[in-house]
Amino acid sequence: MLSQQGELAALIAPRRDVRRVLSIASDGRVVGREGMKGEGLRFRRDPTTKGEKSVRYDAVLAETVGIQGAGNDEIEAYAARPMDGGSRGGVLVIHHMPGYDRETKEIVRRFAVWGYNAICPNLYSREAPGAEPDDAAATARANGGVPDERFVGDAGGAVRWLRALPTSNGKVGTIGFCSGGRQAFLTALELDIQGAVDCYGAFVVGTPPEGFPLQVQPLADRVAELRAPVLGLFGNEDSHPSPDQVDELEKLLQTHGKDYEFHRYDDAGHAFFSVDRPSYRVAAALDGWQHVQAFFGTQLSGKA
Amino acid sequence: MCTYSTEKIDVAASSGKGPDGWFPLRTATVYYDHPVHAPDAHTVNIDFLNPERGPGARVAVELSLDSARALMAALQVTVERAEHH
Repeated sequence: MLSQQGELAALIAPRRDVRRVLSIASDGRVVGREGMKGEGLRFRRDPTTKGEKSVRYDAVLAETVGIQGAGNDEIEAYAARPMDGGSRGGVLVIHHMPGYDRETKEIVRRFAVWGYNAICPNLYSREAPGAEPDDAAATARANGGVPDERFVGDAGGAVRWLRALPTSNGKVGTIGFCSGGRQAFLTALELDIQGAVDCYGAFVVGTPPEGFPLQVQPLADRVAELRAPVLGLFGNEDSHPSPDQVDELEKLLQTHGKDYEFHRYDDAGHAFFSVDRPSYRVAAALDGWQHVQAFFGTQLSGKA
Repeated sequence: MCTYSTEKIDVAASSGKGPDGWFPLRTATVYYDHPVHAPDAHTVNIDFLNPERGPGARVAVELSLDSARALMAALQVTVERAEHH
């Protein structure tokens, strides 16, 4: 392990192009531009070469950070970003209604491995700080869910955090699952972002039943305000949103001349990306991830 | 988790046992949605809560539809019996 905090800071500083900094010397030691020794770092020496040879540097830093959300409240967020410098887009990941859980954090890390800076704010930070994700989700549900205005403030804080990173290219996209799918769409209505992925979000269209205790309102009458392209991924066996509701949303997007791309899967219902639930559908999830990668590849490349 | 279908009731003069022992219950939410743990796409879930004691003051169950129906029948019978005591 690195023994000096200063050395560690030098390694993780986002401005550093660590790919160039680190290399393997002829004796197999990992050395840096400033002569640092990374004795504990796991680099393989390529046996086919002689002398110095760099190997692909793919380190990702994943950590809990504090960001400034709605009402200037400091809220918890989980962030992951590649450590190889460069200039890259950012992805705001919006967790599903079961909360800021292990699976959502894995998704955040997935985006960092794909080369994006990524962050997921804990939308239940205020009502359940430090709680287990399922307990926090139960508390949020009992309180009527997350109000849209507060969500938009928290999402705005996460977007600012992404754009403030030295490696940011200024472009930010968002992806949300379940309730987060609706919130991703809402983000594209409210904030300056370059793309939104709605994964089976309910009540983008459709009206919640009377007496409904959660604070969600449909967004159908606001489609004209959409500020970014939308990728929608839906299961044809889902009832929230139902195929009819997806049709309705698609018509609205067409009517208003919005840039969108929908993919709809047979033999898949709600939450088909959830690897640890019976709803997981391998074919839909694999195809869906490919579309997400292509969409962000297009929307988040280059400079803003 | 997005059926959003949720009923909420007040709970009085009742107790539940959570990870830190017994505590007084204040509310319960009943909803049909994706479970965290039960092996099905949707279950009937009940959270007995005491918000004053924080999110961890929670007794949670995730019931299959058949189990929820059986529970409902058992509650019906038991409550009717209790009214005759």
